[in-house]
Amino acid sequence: MRSIISVLLENESGALSRVVGLFSQRGYNIESLTVSPTNDKTLSRMTITTEVTDLARLEQMMKQLHKLVDVLRVSELTEGAHVERELMLIKVRTLTNEAREEVKRCSDIYRGQIVDITQNLYTIQLSGICSKLDAFITTIEDTSEIVEVVRSGVCGIARGEKALRG
Amino acid sequence: MEMLSGAEMVVRSLQDEGIEHIFGYPGGSVLDIYDAIFQSSDIEHFLVRHEQAAVHMADAYSRTTGKVGTVLVTAGPGATNCITGIATAYMDSIPLVVLSGQVPTNWIGDDAFQETDMIGVSRPVVKHSFLCRTAEEIPIAIKKAFYLASTGRPGPVVVDLPKDVQNPLLKFPYEYPESVELRSYSPTLRGHKGQIKRALAALLGAKKPVLYVGGGAVIANASKQVTELAEKLNLPVTNTLMGLGAFSGTHKQNIGMLGMHGTYEANLTMHNADLIFAVGARFDDRVTNNVEKFCPNAKVMHIDIDPTSISKNIHVDLPIVGSVEVVLQQMLDLIAETQASNDGEKIAQWWKQINEWRAKECLAYQPSNSHIKPQQVIEELYKVTNGDAIIASDVGQHQMFAANYYPFKEPRQWINSGGLGTMGFGLPAAIGCKIARPDKPVCCVTGDGSIQMNIQELSTCMQYNIPIVIVLLNNRSLGMVKQWQKMFYGGRQSHSYMDSVPDFVKLAEAYNHIGIKVDKIEQLQPALERAFELKDRVVFLDVAIDPEEHVYPMQIKFGSMEDMYLSKTEKTDA
Repeated sequence: MRSIISVLLENESGALSRVVGLFSQRGYNIESLTVSPTNDKTLSRMTITTEVTDLARLEQMMKQLHKLVDVLRVSELTEGAHVERELMLIKVRTLTNEAREEVKRCSDIYRGQIVDITQNLYTIQLSGICSKLDAFITTIEDTSEIVEVVRSGVCGIARGEKALRG
Repeated sequence: MEMLSGAEMVVRSLQDEGIEHIFGYPGGSVLDIYDAIFQSSDIEHFLVRHEQAAVHMADAYSRTTGKVGTVLVTAGPGATNCITGIATAYMDSIPLVVLSGQVPTNWIGDDAFQETDMIGVSRPVVKHSFLCRTAEEIPIAIKKAFYLASTGRPGPVVVDLPKDVQNPLLKFPYEYPESVELRSYSPTLRGHKGQIKRALAALLGAKKPVLYVGGGAVIANASKQVTELAEKLNLPVTNTLMGLGAFSGTHKQNIGMLGMHGTYEANLTMHNADLIFAVGARFDDRVTNNVEKFCPNAKVMHIDIDPTSISKNIHVDLPIVGSVEVVLQQMLDLIAETQASNDGEKIAQWWKQINEWRAKECLAYQPSNSHIKPQQVIEELYKVTNGDAIIASDVGQHQMFAANYYPFKEPRQWINSGGLGTMGFGLPAAIGCKIARPDKPVCCVTGDGSIQMNIQELSTCMQYNIPIVIVLLNNRSLGMVKQWQKMFYGGRQSHSYMDSVPDFVKLAEAYNHIGIKVDKIEQLQPALERAFELKDRVVFLDVAIDPEEHVYPMQIKFGSMEDMYLSKTEKTDA
């Protein structure tokens, strides 16, 4: 099952490698990982998405994360109401006017923005849940050639009162 | 405020931390620190012959006293040589602070001479680590290192010290912090009251309870509480390899060690129990055998200071996170308060069953006229030392013989590498023990494979006159490997035979120690007596033992706890 783990940790050199090291050392897999300092510059917030076989394994993973000296808080997002977003930048090549029209139309439907244009290249920015980004890729592939794709990995936050704070 | 250089700060911080002994080896990146040590009289430094041994010495020093062990080494090979020692301490939760030199900060990443990313290399086997980029960071990093190493679930902490940070010419204000706090680190000591209440109720209601006591009880100094609880409720107690001595080996309620080479009665008691109360133990694979078949009828309760140990290998029905000592005391207070007791009649029934298993005498062996049996050596060692010696063991068959045939009366009397199983641990460990406890007889029980992995430390013994006794159970082979090859690999002894072992007597003599060869049973007792009478010399007993002897009992792979080979010809009927 897919799981999203939020981690609040000290914004110190070496902290990230301890988290990543833990995952490889314990044989846990990371599907995506995002990390950046928070409004409190001494803290970083990390979102990890992972596939786990069962709840016991997830619990062990969270306990292991919490055991790292640099880690302040650990929380799982998918067990409650939450918002998750991923940002994608995708560059496509279009050779005909018709295709360019189609790219524009698709981006509008998916609420993307075209952030760069050259004669034959469009770069589109799109955010949303992973499956929406996947769907956009499938759609756009039909009419244009994908040159490159970059995805940020998932960022997540709990809805309502629940918060991960230092 | 006092002005000190980075190098002086390292030494002063150790002094202010109350460190009396340090184990190490100098080199380019720590010369400034060594110069500061030279000018300080408060810290006694022991020069080893290999950095791995320095870590094992500091580790055993810690295991014997409960204090934090301290190591100082240089960058690069000095630091990487420590890794096996650090991993050994990490697996057994031993508090250490390892100070390693590093190339100057502006060279880091340039593949400078003797550069190694020590923080990176050590990361999977440390509790935490610090790289000091300025001299001002040193006192706080060292304070935090000792605090982290010794609290919660203890473990090794590395402090990496680049050469420029130590510069003796640059002085900075020095103040050693009285205490430190880390917002991201606060181990739980007291157990949850409700959980303790529920645990006690379950314990009192159990018909077939067993206390399964591990190394956590030794580390937490909880022997008193374990013993009081066991006696109050008349519970059978089994110690893990790491827990030996936490509950006295001579106590009538002690049913011996459990697990792979545990006793018949301990493993059967576990398997048939209706309640297992794990105290500072972690359900290691060398204990549980096949987890799918583990103790089918038992409810499991578990006290551990480390939440990750709970339900890691075996599902725990009733977890209590906290210090073993504190939680057990809370439980004892609750018993006293409520005047609680269990059903003596049912427990007596349980003991009747356990005593039937005991009557099997699973540790009995066949003495022989032609060969000295390893079991005999350990039994004789026990007699000669009145069971009072600190035994530092290496890893292999001799370790299991020592664990099963020397009943440890007290905690911190049995020093061994249980988790990592590090051959070469024994000799440096014995040295660390003797430095920590010069008043106690210290004996290294070892094998001809293990001893040769750190034998250079005989030289350290000579330099500092550290009088330990070495008992080498010499079967001229890697006994445990050979046993497995005989049992599971069709007897093909692939590279487990030592074709040329040295003359250990001459070797001991080369280091100005006393070497005694024992190859007849009648020589054994007098040799051991002489060894322990000579209180100011290292005595090396090279005992030729029966090379065909195996360690039994032994759990049958993939089986349950009660499935065991009992001898070469007998196994349980599962």
